[in-house]
Amino acid sequence: MTEGYETITGCRTFVMREGSGPTLLWLHGAGGLRWLPAMARLAQRFEVVAPELPGFGRSDSPDWFESIHDLGYFTLDLIKALDLREVHLVGTSLGGWVAAEAAVRCTAQLASLSLVGPAGLHMKGVVRPDTFLWTDEEATRAMFHDQALADAALAVVPDEAEQERRLKNKYATARLAWSPRWHDPHLHKWLHRIDVPTLLLWGEHDRYLPAVYAEHWASHIPGSKTVVFGECGHAPQVEKPDAFCAELEGFIGRIAR
Amino acid sequence: MRFFFFHLMPYADLDPDYDKLYPSSWVTLPNSYYDPLKGADLYHRYLDELEYAAELGFEGVGVNEHHQNAYGLMPCPNVFAGALSRRIPDTTKIAVLGRALPVLSNPLSVAEEFAVLDSITRGRLIAGFVRGIGAEYHSLAVNPTESHARFHEAHDLILAAWTKPGPFAWEGRYYHLPHVNLWPRVYQQPHPPIWIPSQGSRETIEYAADPSRKYVYLQTAAPAATLFKTMQSYRDEAERRGYQSSPDQLGWSIKIYVAETDEIARREAKEHVEAFANKFLRMPQEMLLPPGYTSLASMKALINSRKTITGGYRTMEQMIEQGTFICGSPQTVIEQLAEYQRRGGFNIVMAGLHFGTLPHALTKKNIEIFAREVMPALKNAVPGETPRVAAE
Repeated sequence: MTEGYETITGCRTFVMREGSGPTLLWLHGAGGLRWLPAMARLAQRFEVVAPELPGFGRSDSPDWFESIHDLGYFTLDLIKALDLREVHLVGTSLGGWVAAEAAVRCTAQLASLSLVGPAGLHMKGVVRPDTFLWTDEEATRAMFHDQALADAALAVVPDEAEQERRLKNKYATARLAWSPRWHDPHLHKWLHRIDVPTLLLWGEHDRYLPAVYAEHWASHIPGSKTVVFGECGHAPQVEKPDAFCAELEGFIGRIAR
Repeated sequence: MRFFFFHLMPYADLDPDYDKLYPSSWVTLPNSYYDPLKGADLYHRYLDELEYAAELGFEGVGVNEHHQNAYGLMPCPNVFAGALSRRIPDTTKIAVLGRALPVLSNPLSVAEEFAVLDSITRGRLIAGFVRGIGAEYHSLAVNPTESHARFHEAHDLILAAWTKPGPFAWEGRYYHLPHVNLWPRVYQQPHPPIWIPSQGSRETIEYAADPSRKYVYLQTAAPAATLFKTMQSYRDEAERRGYQSSPDQLGWSIKIYVAETDEIARREAKEHVEAFANKFLRMPQEMLLPPGYTSLASMKALINSRKTITGGYRTMEQMIEQGTFICGSPQTVIEQLAEYQRRGGFNIVMAGLHFGTLPHALTKKNIEIFAREVMPALKNAVPGETPRVAAE
């Protein structure tokens, strides 16, 4: 895996890349960019490109970084600047929201769209937690269905650089998701514009965004498919990496045929 | 030394065992804990206490703004200022400390309400501007990462509305108004005095001390050591910007309890001031410091220093030691205030003579002894000078 910086729309952007083959553009969630085992596996078949979004971690926070729409446009600019084509766009949680905001604006360079427990929509009356009132421990515990994974994550003591990145990620997330809370009230009106094969992936026991959202998304995106992972929380890419990768590879493989 | 009487108006009837079930008296404490009948009684009682202080010769009375909590029941401080405006002596000032500009949807309504109050009081309004504490951003769902920018723009809009002939257009980032044209205009010219209460961030001190503003900086909720530092920072900033600040630009908001003797004072205050610190102020860090509320650098420092609010039980003795509470006989209180003034260099004392669950009778007694024995003794005290010895 190689890492480096690219300047996209004036924003010094940290990018991780590995593999060759069709391009898989990976957009991370609110916790920031980490190179996950699932990404390493996908890199055996794809060229995985994983930018750290503006405002997060090692990337800059440019003046224009104000809303989720800015990140949607940024993603399209990044695809253009890196000359990515036939892109399989994958976004997890907040990154799924960013991916959807990009896709409603333009799908010209997209081959497919995969959204993993994406934020971005709001279902009236469906109770959701106030993630901004959670302690770090509560947030980590809520992430996983299997609490052994939460224990392992909590056992890692972050060094100072990592602590700073986490704080910066919280700032960026608040900027994007505080109000309206974790959604764009206009997004649902334009999801029908997504005209590439789309897959929704969700954990059955997602405590951030209840799995009922999977069908809600699917009902707005023509022809989209839904996969729900049993015994799984908000991050199937971490909690069920093999099943997750198999689903994604199968979905993309079927498009390619 | 100049004295104001400040009230927080807590919901004193709060079940003290609420914290067995809930982490804080803010944001998410169910309002089933609030009894409207008791609340109405408290409002009348607290307004009586404010009016009583005004009668006894304080230069002014102060109210403030907090939302959705048991700590302070004044989401709309101007309503209280209005209720007081025709009941207190026509020499007493009213300080609204302050309106939480970023969490309010339209700053022009603050400009209007303050202009009305300034008119009704014929120029006795002191206008306070704050960002609101972190919890307010949870309660009102306003993005904390916009807090500073909204504060500055809202302030600039209000000042323009007060001082520029209308109508004019306001073309801002957060507020965009084709017609700013305030009716009524403010009574005081060019505008009411502006005070900035703050917990002591460098950004705020520099902002208040700026030569174009010279706003009164009011230190709140901080140990004496912090007070001395922030007061010095203000003076340094003024000097750096080419002028010498006056002690009248500096104030301290401090809880005080005075009684016949040190022993009586401590005995009477202990339970109630500890309720304030441990029940009403109780708040987890996620509530107090939402992401973006301060710069990243300040946040790192705050997360460490604020362990006192979010941490373990605080006793009255610790608070006295830290200088977040002054308690004792008139002589003790006089000496301590004089010493704090000597070291802090402020001239304004915003005396919180009610706190937590302090009952009405003790609050009244506190106000009386303070007004009759402490205030006269320190009336002529100025920073850097030994205060007059207390009268008997």
